[in-house]
Amino acid sequence: MGILQVQDVNKSFGGLKALHNVNLDVEEGAVHAIIGPNGAGKSTLLNCFVGRLKPDTGSVMFDGTSLLGIAPHEINQAGVARVFQTPEIFGDLSLIENVMIPTLAKRDGAYTVNAWGRVDQAAEIREKAEHILDDVGLVEKREMHADSLSRGDKRRLELAMCLVQEPKLLLLDEPTAGMSRADTNNTIDLLKRIGERGITKIVIEHDMHVVFSLASKISVLAQGTVIAEGAPQDIKGDPRVQEAYLGGAHL
Amino acid sequence: MMSKITPQNDNVMMGLFALAILTMPIWLMPIGASYPDLMQKFAIFGIFAIGFNILFGLTGYLSFGHAAFLGVGSYTAVWSFKLLSMNVVPAVIFAVLVAGAFSFLIGFISLRRSGIYFSILTLAFAQMSYNLAYSVLTPITNGETGLQLAKSDPRIVDAMFVEVGAGIPSTNFFGIAMSGYSGFYFCAVLLIIGFYLSLRITRSPFGMMLKAIKSNQNRMSYTGLNTRPYALTAFVISGMYAGLAGSLLAVTDPLAGAERMQWTASGEVVLMTILGGVGTLLGPMLGAVIIKYFENIFSAFNESTLNNIFAFLPDGLQDVVVSVVGLFVGEGWHLTLGLLFMVIVIYLPGGLVEGAQRIRAYVLKKREKKSATSHQPQIAE
Amino acid sequence: MDTLALQLLNGLDKGGAYALIALGLTLIFGTLGVVNFAHGALFMLGAFCAVTVQKLLTISVKVKDESITFFEAYKEVPYLETWFGETGTIIIDYSVPISILLAIPIMLIIGLVMERGLIQRFYKRTHAEQILVTFGLAIVIQELVKANFGANPIPTPAPDVVAGSANIGAWLGLGNTVVYPWWRLIYLAFAAVVIAGVFSFLQFTTFGMVVRAGMQDRETVGLLGIDIQRRFSIVFGLAAVVAGLAGVMYTPILPPDYHMGMDFLVLSFVVVVVGGMGSLGGAVAAGFLLGILQSFASMNEVKSILPGIDQIIIYLVAVVILLVRPRGLLGRKGVMEN
Repeated sequence: MGILQVQDVNKSFGGLKALHNVNLDVEEGAVHAIIGPNGAGKSTLLNCFVGRLKPDTGSVMFDGTSLLGIAPHEINQAGVARVFQTPEIFGDLSLIENVMIPTLAKRDGAYTVNAWGRVDQAAEIREKAEHILDDVGLVEKREMHADSLSRGDKRRLELAMCLVQEPKLLLLDEPTAGMSRADTNNTIDLLKRIGERGITKIVIEHDMHVVFSLASKISVLAQGTVIAEGAPQDIKGDPRVQEAYLGGAHL
Repeated sequence: MMSKITPQNDNVMMGLFALAILTMPIWLMPIGASYPDLMQKFAIFGIFAIGFNILFGLTGYLSFGHAAFLGVGSYTAVWSFKLLSMNVVPAVIFAVLVAGAFSFLIGFISLRRSGIYFSILTLAFAQMSYNLAYSVLTPITNGETGLQLAKSDPRIVDAMFVEVGAGIPSTNFFGIAMSGYSGFYFCAVLLIIGFYLSLRITRSPFGMMLKAIKSNQNRMSYTGLNTRPYALTAFVISGMYAGLAGSLLAVTDPLAGAERMQWTASGEVVLMTILGGVGTLLGPMLGAVIIKYFENIFSAFNESTLNNIFAFLPDGLQDVVVSVVGLFVGEGWHLTLGLLFMVIVIYLPGGLVEGAQRIRAYVLKKREKKSATSHQPQIAE
Repeated sequence: MDTLALQLLNGLDKGGAYALIALGLTLIFGTLGVVNFAHGALFMLGAFCAVTVQKLLTISVKVKDESITFFEAYKEVPYLETWFGETGTIIIDYSVPISILLAIPIMLIIGLVMERGLIQRFYKRTHAEQILVTFGLAIVIQELVKANFGANPIPTPAPDVVAGSANIGAWLGLGNTVVYPWWRLIYLAFAAVVIAGVFSFLQFTTFGMVVRAGMQDRETVGLLGIDIQRRFSIVFGLAAVVAGLAGVMYTPILPPDYHMGMDFLVLSFVVVVVGGMGSLGGAVAAGFLLGILQSFASMNEVKSILPGIDQIIIYLVAVVILLVRPRGLLGRKGVMEN
């Protein structure tokens, strides 16, 4: 039994069927990549995991509880963190604040009023945040505004914000989209390093280089259905996958 | 102002703030603003703006209905004077609590939407309160006349302890009459406490969460935080500040009218906040003082004072100048206010505090350049 | 029965004004992405076009009053009457219809100046800043009008021909049960015509097509290389004309004063919210719906059961709608949701 189980999920927008009987079983500790041509339904599927979309039918079970019909913050409190395609960060706050907020959310829950303490004196939280920033290589910039970072650095920051919560499941939506080759390689190294922490990861990715250097299992999505699933080397040679990619994407 | 945020620096700022407020009677003397009536207004509207800034400055939610809470605070305080006691302590406490409860109700509904929906909803609720105060709620608000004290008021608590005097008693703080300077100092102390609380909130983890709301609600909820109760808490806190300010208006002058709840009053507190600097600690207080000071000066002008001022001009020119200037002063003060509003939003959206910072940065830069150029020849050698 | 019919007509009248203002608000918001808090001021300026025209037409000269013989008495006679006699009196009588014709170019110019001079600087600013700057502008316009025309409402009657009431009940064979002022009926027809005009303009012209496309997806239309700037100005001008016309036509029903704009603006915004931000059909439907509800709520029979309901009915409806259907009656998904 995996940590995330997706069963017979269907989702349509108007007449368009975005997901058709999708089944997925993500094992604990795995790096599970979901690949597929544009419009295959990858992001829709991810959105069903975090409470942004509600599937028409089917179930999404995480660690024994259903993720359907509960709010995004409850899903996060259950242990699911997400990195977005375009980084979602607190742009006008400093980097250290950006990381302290998720740290506090993890420690104090979804709503706590601590109006008397001082952020600048919260040594324990601050240390933890600085430690994570150090991990992603941003600790020198901790007092800078998050908006002033480069796109690559924003992604690292967002990753740090997720990691500091020590989630059970980390969702990565195209973590290297729009990055230079050097930045991509840096990110791969970083993701590999945090792989050692044993966090289960779901990665949506276009870049096959990234997929094959990270994933322990790959599911291929095309036109809303899973057409192939298996270890990277099996997927590489699967004719259906080549069909879906080359045939589907270029014809 | 750009110095590092530490408890020590905050204590220094707090001390300077308290000193500045308490010595207002001295340093406002040269500009003719040191009389209690006006200084009370500075303190009361300072409280109003500081509270408003906790909502607008930190969370970014722009409420156009905060005057409703000011009005509720005033009505509650006057009722406390009428029913219980002329002592201001229960009046202030009840006003804050009732305004808090009222803002909880309105906030609970309005905060279901954000952005401009929220602004419109708060505006609509304030207008609704205003309409009701003038019509059905007349038994509570006394309609257009406004709620006033009467000799026949029961004043249950007072009646138990003191002999009923001949006239309407005045508001007091355990015997100290709340008129003149004692009234000002009562408001000033509450202002200092209010400022200190807002400072603590701004520096606290809770304050950081409120800033996160303004920055990115999406990320906030994917970070495991429930944004709505945070915003609602901020809304209620700012509503309580408004209630406090409203009660102090009644403390210094025990009557309450519905016009306090009108949208122009809501707009005024928005203007005070943005004029001084949204989201800054000192900005709202600064904005409140500036606007109330100029309101006081501008409203005092009338045609004859203007004619006196411009008497040195040739007759025809004098008439023209007086009629043009007359548009902006006296009754026309609101026109000045509207123009000020536009000018600030267009040219200085960060308010005066940001303006001061910009000037400071510019001066520092210039100085640096100067020292750099004066050093250059030495390097060249 | 008869009172119900009367209240229905009253509601449609009020609803017509709400719908016309809300239509302009939605048009501006949908295409330009700007929240215009000064839109009520445009409605008010339209009303004061009628006041100005009336004032200009009745500029008078002092003449000796021959009817009073025992002392020297003077009376004011409008120049128009001294010049044209009877015809002059008729012209003055028709000041409101005349102002309708004049209001179109005047409001268009005001709208264009406002858009070019101020609004266009705010396309890229936050909604909060748009609200604040247009709010400031609304105060300025309002105070200037107050300084010019005073604080009291100024009566601007409709032409004599339509000053009376129409016996609608008799037409329908119901006897003298429903009697309704002519001008209010005209207003209703006028509102319907303007609304139909705006919709067919958007539906059947290329310009309208671009505007509608822009309301769907502003960025794409910009990418198509269409000169958005010029169209934005025209849309704003059009919305100003619609609001202005609503104001002119409303003057015989409600003598205009300087703060009528704000009163209508708050309600019109509620209408927009109820109808669904960005939906033109929603704005019109909600305008009429809320107008009718408000007028039914002000019936004595209703007020005796629920005192004060007439003051708050619109807000109550808005609250319920927002709780049950946050997007509004006909709102599209994704408009202003972040």
